[in-house]
Amino acid sequence: MKLLEIDHLEVAYGSIRALHGISLEVDEGEIVTLIGANGAGKTTTLHTISRLPPPEAPRLTAGDIRYRGQSIVGVEPHDIVRRLHIALVPEGRHIFGNLTVQENLKLATYARRDDDRRPADYDRVFDLFPRLAERRRQRSESLSGGEQQMLAVGRALMSGCTFLMLDEPSMGLAPLLMYDMFRALKKLNRAGMTILLIEQNAHVALQFAHRGYLMDTGAIVRAGTSAELLADPLIHQAYLGG
Amino acid sequence: MFDTLLQNLINAMQWGSFYSLIALGYTLVYGVLLLINFAHGDIVMVGSYIAFFVATLFLGHYDLFPVALPGPLVLALTVPLTMILTALVGVTLERIAYRPLRRKGAHRLYVVITALMCGLILENGNLALLGASRKKFPELVDKVIYTAGGVSVTNLKIAVILTAVLVFVGLHLIVTKTRMGMAMRAISYDKFAVPLMGIPIDTVIVFTFVLGSSMAGLAGILFALSYPILDPYMGLSIGWKAFIAAVVGGIGDIRGAFAGGFILGFVEIMVVAFFPSTYRDLFAFTILLIILTLRPTGLFGVPKTTKV
Repeated sequence: MKLLEIDHLEVAYGSIRALHGISLEVDEGEIVTLIGANGAGKTTTLHTISRLPPPEAPRLTAGDIRYRGQSIVGVEPHDIVRRLHIALVPEGRHIFGNLTVQENLKLATYARRDDDRRPADYDRVFDLFPRLAERRRQRSESLSGGEQQMLAVGRALMSGCTFLMLDEPSMGLAPLLMYDMFRALKKLNRAGMTILLIEQNAHVALQFAHRGYLMDTGAIVRAGTSAELLADPLIHQAYLGG
Repeated sequence: MFDTLLQNLINAMQWGSFYSLIALGYTLVYGVLLLINFAHGDIVMVGSYIAFFVATLFLGHYDLFPVALPGPLVLALTVPLTMILTALVGVTLERIAYRPLRRKGAHRLYVVITALMCGLILENGNLALLGASRKKFPELVDKVIYTAGGVSVTNLKIAVILTAVLVFVGLHLIVTKTRMGMAMRAISYDKFAVPLMGIPIDTVIVFTFVLGSSMAGLAGILFALSYPILDPYMGLSIGWKAFIAAVVGGIGDIRGAFAGGFILGFVEIMVVAFFPSTYRDLFAFTILLIILTLRPTGLFGVPKTTKV
């Protein structure tokens, strides 16, 4: 079933067009990745889906974003999380460093009404990332970069999301930690989480995802299954190092 | 000698309480929005006037409510009503002046200038509506003076100091223990990520203005009870001083607002105790300037760092 459909989406920062009519879709239960160079419009795409207000996100000038068949263009950013259960783990993590690990997680449950599921979600987060359980009472700015990334993902899970978007979750992580992170995401996906992921490291992303889109300067230039994209000569040359 | 010192300390604590209650409003709004709400001193003034009208209404001064209630009951009604109405004024300012700018992504500088304008509008609006004559705040509770040795304290002073202490404890609990308080702290650290947690930013901002302005209303009543002559410019000097107190304590930090407020109160009273009273503000601000030179982020402030 189609969960997210982006239909000829055009957005602009002021008078500068950032996306030139992109179309993509994500099915329920899939892992889809957006790959491409810096400035291709990957982050802009995710911010637009999250309906973040300017200046963080651009103005939508044409096209539509549909979630479960309904347009979400007029939805407030907090309602994207609250009512539609779409979470974004932003680039650079953006954890609340002045709060403890526990408080960061708790804050994400702020808007939830299903109180009975919360304990189970804490268990799920601490089961995926045992390090967070050890550091619950610590101020989160004292965590290492990898732990902060775990917290950012954990926080998104605590919001009760069923659709998870991640913007470069591996940035700044040592290779071992990076594989840990992807293993955790895979585990979530097997339990039913739909994932849309931005990754600089196209090779890792395509091994992990079911399908992918290659973006370049605000447009989608290739789409296909991971296997197809991995075999594509253009991608091979430009992003996988020949 | 000791008696004089103690007497001065008590007076200092009374003024410290005023400064703290007002400094809180600056610090809360700054903590959440990084906006110096320069209209805040004038909101205190508005609070005093609201208290005046509420109190005289229940004292039967207007045809609308022709019964005169007893003073203590009037006070009991004036306090919550003034706090609610002043909070409404603060929220209205946010809604009509600051929010549209925020929506358009205006630079902080323009918002600060807007705040200054709002303050001027409140002062001059008051002048236009009520005229230049001063208002005399009614005496609602009989003054009781307690004397021990050479030290005397009025019931009002005790009430002022006690209120400040209770407000400090209450706010500290709100900010550290409640969800809304947690959201306020979160916004102060990273505004971008707050809506991603499903939290409407505007709700948190309105809550912050409610807290800050209702405390300004409370300060307005207590000030009017202590110094019962009201005029449209009464919020200016005390507002600026409270702002400086907030900066000295470390703006954005609740403990800082109280520490700064009480330090300013003590410095002022001690200067007057030993020098001619005309030296008061000069010395007080010089000392605060020295504190800021030594600790530019204020006593409780920490320079902001972000990990990349």
